[in-house]
Amino acid sequence: MEGNQALFKYALRLGDNALILGHRLSEWCGHGPELEEDIALINVSLDLLGHSRSLLTYAGEVEGKGRSEDDLAYMRLERDYTNALICELPNGHFGDTIARQFLIDVFNQLLFKELCSSKDERIAAIAAKAIKEINYHLRHSTDWVLRLGDGTEESHDRIQDAFNRLWEYTGDLFAQTESDQWITANGIGPDPNELRPRWKQKVTEVLTEATLTVPEDAWMQKGSRTGTHTEHFGFLLAELQYMQRAMPGCEW
Amino acid sequence: MSRKDWPLWEVFIRSRSGLHHKHAGSLHAPDAEMAISNARDVYTRRNEGVSIWVVESRHIHATTPGEKEELFDPAEDKAYRHPTFYDIPDEVGHM
Repeated sequence: MEGNQALFKYALRLGDNALILGHRLSEWCGHGPELEEDIALINVSLDLLGHSRSLLTYAGEVEGKGRSEDDLAYMRLERDYTNALICELPNGHFGDTIARQFLIDVFNQLLFKELCSSKDERIAAIAAKAIKEINYHLRHSTDWVLRLGDGTEESHDRIQDAFNRLWEYTGDLFAQTESDQWITANGIGPDPNELRPRWKQKVTEVLTEATLTVPEDAWMQKGSRTGTHTEHFGFLLAELQYMQRAMPGCEW
Repeated sequence: MSRKDWPLWEVFIRSRSGLHHKHAGSLHAPDAEMAISNARDVYTRRNEGVSIWVVESRHIHATTPGEKEELFDPAEDKAYRHPTFYDIPDEVGHM
């Protein structure tokens, strides 16, 4: 596979992860369980939107067809998005959102730490800026996993249930295609197979401290690499893209 | 966890090194660690701070308005307590 195409896909996937998860979190705006938590979730959402802007802008430049960050964010079809499936899952209750966020934050922290020393200077620069925010995201979600897990009987059961239901989506975070092998071989990004045991170890540490049980690795969902999404994704895109589809090129 | 279980905290922010922490406002949080996180999210989003203190509001003891006369009024007519009656030589510089 040609390098530019692989780099485009890589930046696009990272950008899509941030865009879609950021959009999901934005749905909490005005609905947070507490005023303070509402603001916290939206801060995370805005950080992710910032990451996606940098990454999608770069993806557009690498592709070289003149597509802007907005073109990539708003004008693609469902199958053209390659975000990890876990990013698009509905928010559910607060514990569901925290469990989803925690699993992704651990992944992002490991990934972006590695990306800080990417041989691609632009990716390295974006990662160096993003990692500080990601460290905070993980601190925030970890704090809540510990408190909900080791909280009341109800909070414990509900977040345990959230992890049990989310678990089958975690394998997809580490899915690889041919273009990822080029990325790894050329020192652009880390080998997902190498990240996976470290991810599992960190998740296990926190869940154990939170008196929670790490779910068994069983059957895993897959498909994000080829643009196969969950049934929730179309609805998400409908809302995300509405304004640009209704009024193409609108700005404010 | 209902809101009534979450205590109130007072937040103090140091805007930059060398300055005092100043009272920024208050918020609810289940414990000190989360209070600091919440304070970060609520009060430093626009680059307001380099350091945060939080203290549970119940630990702050305050004067009451009824004490105002005996505590503060006596200082009103004692202008000589202000160090404005001295000539400071120029070479001393800023004090």
